[in-house]
Amino acid sequence: MLIPCPLCGARELREFTPKGSAVTLHRPGEDAGPEVWHDYLHLRDNPAGPSRELWWHGAGCGAWLVVERNTLTHEVTGAHLAEEEAGP
Amino acid sequence: MRYNALQILKQGLTGNRNWDRAWRKPDPKPSYDIIIIGGGGHGLATAYYLAAVHGKTNVAVLEKGYFGGGNVGRNTTIVRANYGLPGNSEFYSHSLKLWEGLEQELNFNVMHSQRGVINLFHSDGQRDAAARRGNAMINQGDDAILLERGDCRQMLPYLDFDQTRFPIYGGLYHPRGGTARHDAVAWGYARGADQRGVDLIDNCEVTGIDIENGHVTGVQTTRGAIRAKKVGIVVAGNSSRVAAMAGMRLPIESHVLQAFVTEGLKPVIDHVVTYGMGHFYISQSDKGGLVFGGDLDFYPSYASRGNLPMMEHVMEAGMTLMPMLGKARLLRSWGGIVDMSPDGSPIIDRTDIRGLYLNCGWCYGGFKAVPGSGHSFAHLMATDRPHDAAARYKLNRFETGFGLMDEEGTGAQHNLH
Repeated sequence: MLIPCPLCGARELREFTPKGSAVTLHRPGEDAGPEVWHDYLHLRDNPAGPSRELWWHGAGCGAWLVVERNTLTHEVTGAHLAEEEAGP
Repeated sequence: MRYNALQILKQGLTGNRNWDRAWRKPDPKPSYDIIIIGGGGHGLATAYYLAAVHGKTNVAVLEKGYFGGGNVGRNTTIVRANYGLPGNSEFYSHSLKLWEGLEQELNFNVMHSQRGVINLFHSDGQRDAAARRGNAMINQGDDAILLERGDCRQMLPYLDFDQTRFPIYGGLYHPRGGTARHDAVAWGYARGADQRGVDLIDNCEVTGIDIENGHVTGVQTTRGAIRAKKVGIVVAGNSSRVAAMAGMRLPIESHVLQAFVTEGLKPVIDHVVTYGMGHFYISQSDKGGLVFGGDLDFYPSYASRGNLPMMEHVMEAGMTLMPMLGKARLLRSWGGIVDMSPDGSPIIDRTDIRGLYLNCGWCYGGFKAVPGSGHSFAHLMATDRPHDAAARYKLNRFETGFGLMDEEGTGAQHNLH
């Protein structure tokens, strides 16, 4: 699996650490109710097919990436910096 | 046909041409009392115990592929009851007792071999943790023996005891643990369920779950609509996909777990051995292959195959523990799609939809649970009350925070187990 890091170019899987679904970038607000937090922390679409995930380029530039990947084929279709879509 | 020594002799002398099918191949009926979605170990065991314990025989098991073609045929076949937390402790203890009577009960040789599981430890801290776990196992009524380095050296002479990086201090020995022939477990339960009248329907993929007024009424399949009063979802790595048909989102992520087997070798490894300083466990099959595995690949996957870095990692861990492994040739590797729950423990529970039941979240440890899971899920579906041994496997424990079972102590969120 090669992941196209926007800063380093295509690098192989060993340089990266996956950290699950990219929904974790969208943290609920302070006033959100417990059911919203439950959804955010535990419930997952868990798609069989195109998926958006968080990966850390730990053995490279250290950037957090949102990687678009197909969970049925392991095909990587894109990656961009997580900071581009993370809230403040 | 009941299997016995006389039959083997008779069939052998007539060229093994006259064996009956192990189970029928019925077409689906228009309706059943109970439908089990998923013909793996857990689903087949559920159907068997519904018929054998609860007298429920108007039951169908729907399998999208062939019976036993999923994770029950894609694991490292280890059977053990060495969990520590309330909930897991009584459940796996219950499951191990069912294993011990399984072959007689099913009249099927599942090659259950209580060769013992040894968890090695490599520091004083790990010894303390092993002693504590062993005490928990003894308290739950099972067996555990703390081995010192010398005992290990006698029992496992092929390990690298002289390495300085992760010296072997000893091991926690669980004599009643062991292995079983995984396919045979699925086949044995399938045959037992079929003999009691359960319809086993393969090549039948569920494409929809029918719900009216909050009540399940049946399923849509590639072989037509089938009505049912109760439906149980037992589909491991595909749990989220099937639950989505009922409008549910689950606290589950699907991941790939790889395992490996070498060419057949003369007997060398007598037990199941786990390495305490690398994620690596190994046993030897009755055919002689060394069967071993490691950790998840850690990225979500439905692909039933992993990538090379984790394979390399597993081999490195294996070589550190037993350098002789480098002489063996790897024959096959495979990946199973496991249903990871946030706290690493399973879910056996009702859902908010009446008549719809859920059995999932087995993570990387579903095989040893097959008898206990089937037995307690059948109890839940037949009586609408949880079985005592599985009463803590609640679906809502993540929402309430009450009764989380985080055996590793790493947290109750995804990607931590």
